[in-house]
Amino acid sequence: MADICLQVESLKAEVEDKEILHGIDLTVGAGETHVIMGPNGAGKSTLGSTLMGDPRYHITGGKITFNGEDITGLTTDKIAKAGMFMSFQNPVEVPGITLSNFIKTAVENRTGQRLRAWDFKKTLEKTMSVLNMDPSYAERDLNVGFSGGEKKKAEILQLLMLKPSLAILDETDSGLDVDAVKTVSDGIDEYKKSVGGALLIITHSTRILESLHVDRTHVLVDGRIVADGDGSMVDDINENGFEKYIQK
Amino acid sequence: MAENEEKTVVADIDRSMYDFRYEEKPEDIFKVDEGLTPEIVDEISKEKGDPEWMREFRQKSLEIYNQLEVPEWGPDISGLNMDNIVTYIRPKKKNMASDWQEVPEDIKNTFEKLGIPQAERESLAGVGAQYDSELVYHNVKDEAASLGVVYTDIESALHGPYADMIRDHFMHLVPPTDHKFAALHGAVWSGGSFVYVPKGVHLDFPLQSYFRLNAPGAGQFEHTLIIVDEGAYCHFIEGCSAPKYNVANLHAGCVELFVAKGATLRYSTIENWSKNMYNLNTKRAIVEEGGKIEWVSGSFGSHVSYLYPMSILNGEGAKCEFTSVTFAGKGQNLDTGTKVVHNAPNTSSYINTRSISKSGGISTYRSAVTVMPNAKGSKSAVSCQSLMLDDISRSDTIPAMDIRTADCDIGHEARIGRINDDVVFYLMSRGLSEEDARALIVSGFADNVGKELPLEYAVEMNNLIRLEMKGAIG
Repeated sequence: MADICLQVESLKAEVEDKEILHGIDLTVGAGETHVIMGPNGAGKSTLGSTLMGDPRYHITGGKITFNGEDITGLTTDKIAKAGMFMSFQNPVEVPGITLSNFIKTAVENRTGQRLRAWDFKKTLEKTMSVLNMDPSYAERDLNVGFSGGEKKKAEILQLLMLKPSLAILDETDSGLDVDAVKTVSDGIDEYKKSVGGALLIITHSTRILESLHVDRTHVLVDGRIVADGDGSMVDDINENGFEKYIQK
Repeated sequence: MAENEEKTVVADIDRSMYDFRYEEKPEDIFKVDEGLTPEIVDEISKEKGDPEWMREFRQKSLEIYNQLEVPEWGPDISGLNMDNIVTYIRPKKKNMASDWQEVPEDIKNTFEKLGIPQAERESLAGVGAQYDSELVYHNVKDEAASLGVVYTDIESALHGPYADMIRDHFMHLVPPTDHKFAALHGAVWSGGSFVYVPKGVHLDFPLQSYFRLNAPGAGQFEHTLIIVDEGAYCHFIEGCSAPKYNVANLHAGCVELFVAKGATLRYSTIENWSKNMYNLNTKRAIVEEGGKIEWVSGSFGSHVSYLYPMSILNGEGAKCEFTSVTFAGKGQNLDTGTKVVHNAPNTSSYINTRSISKSGGISTYRSAVTVMPNAKGSKSAVSCQSLMLDDISRSDTIPAMDIRTADCDIGHEARIGRINDDVVFYLMSRGLSEEDARALIVSGFADNVGKELPLEYAVEMNNLIRLEMKGAIG
């Protein structure tokens, strides 16, 4: 069996005194691809944000172990430095720092080593071309005025540059046209190939999963995982929806 | 960065340490009258070798000074000892020649964080003698001279071939009657820069007063006089991000800028006075037909500031751009803004300011835009944004508009906000600490100024913001 990358045990979390996650158990092996599916409002994004240490969500019970380290209650930056990454559903705009400088800062912060400007620039350009990104975006302020598709590509660009051991993709395919979904999927493929990290894909559709090999599927309803299965479960949900899980 | 370097606090100076405590050692006491006397002013004039007209000018300014009242409309300046203004003008020799040991610890720390070499640190702190950048200054001066540009100190200019030019301009734009501290400046000014850019000369490297901080008395009552002749271009940079330490805590400088027909002057300032300073500086530009003044201003230091650079758009089509950021931390009350007078047709002004307040600091944006009846077809756009970093800080916006013609286009917008937690979380999810994330957001907020500065200054300003943000969390 592969090494365990992420182990979530009986995780409970609340926001503004309202419990959203009622005890989640989840184990992701190193390099595996897991999908969390579920209807709107099931707590999928809450799960992603809680794993990432979002201070708005209070962990009221359970434990999160990441690469063998207990990260329950750690601050977001420490979790990120431990090798976790989240691609945001709605990436925020940050004026005053270019996409290129931000990625350079983040990579240097992560590795603790200064990058040579020229080497970094070449790597960045190459990675941007994989994502069909216009190179001029590198010199634009982080996400400022980016279209929805460009914002998502910028997220995947950061994923590829930061090389985390676990990437949480929160609704990365939402609001994208067919071509953009293809590009983002290619980027995720590239991450699997070149970094070999694990993926936790949060989605309520299946478009982004078509070209990916999925190891495990988990159905989240009302803050609980109500069903687990292999990759074929995605197709089942695709055809039949969530009804049978909700009735359970 | 090593752990011990992270503990910077750009804290406030205990002013009691630096007030002139004459009572402690009676043998050191200056025998001076209370207040400023004609004899003291004459003595200053004599020491500086003023021409006769300047001696008279100083005396006249002194009379005006004695007639005017201290302003009562802005931040409290009762901490200034106005009854014994002489202590600010003539601090004891011993104090002026203070050595490196006497420079406050926080300023030394900041020099360190900003990576300024020891020799320069001492010079910037006002305790060193000559240092390396003197050479740089001379190189710049020589290169400018080859283009016919004059760049020198005012004292020398008063006796050289430009003596008449000084006489025709000195305190004509900011007369001593303007306000009490302008009158004080007129009486006791010392040091500063004179720049003359001849017709049509485009100076493509900036002139920096940074190199001139060694001038005697510079940095307290210094006078800057810049004349950019027709069609010429010049960028002048005042100050630097290193904290300037002065044993006397009153700064009443004066800046007069003359922008001729079709000329452009960019005047950039990064000011970081030590935090015991009362900064009562007066800056003014007059712009003739088709000319342009560009102010780029960052205010970080001082205990209290009154700072409103003024642009008089005096010729048709004259323009003004004013871009500033003010950062008021603990114990600081910074009242900053700008004034514009549209005094000719089709003139335009564009004002873009950001103010940041933190740890109980007070940041006030105060502006006055006047459009005269003759300024038909003029435009003015004012945008001021404030960022408050906590619940104990304060930010006010006081924009005045005096519009005397209907034929003009005036816009104003103001916004006050806080740091968005979503943005902090996003940046932290990429591995930035909360402190770094907030500093990055604040730097981004101040980017209106940052992107207008030459790269090395922009980097310094961002370093400064980082330092100010240290310890801002919890």
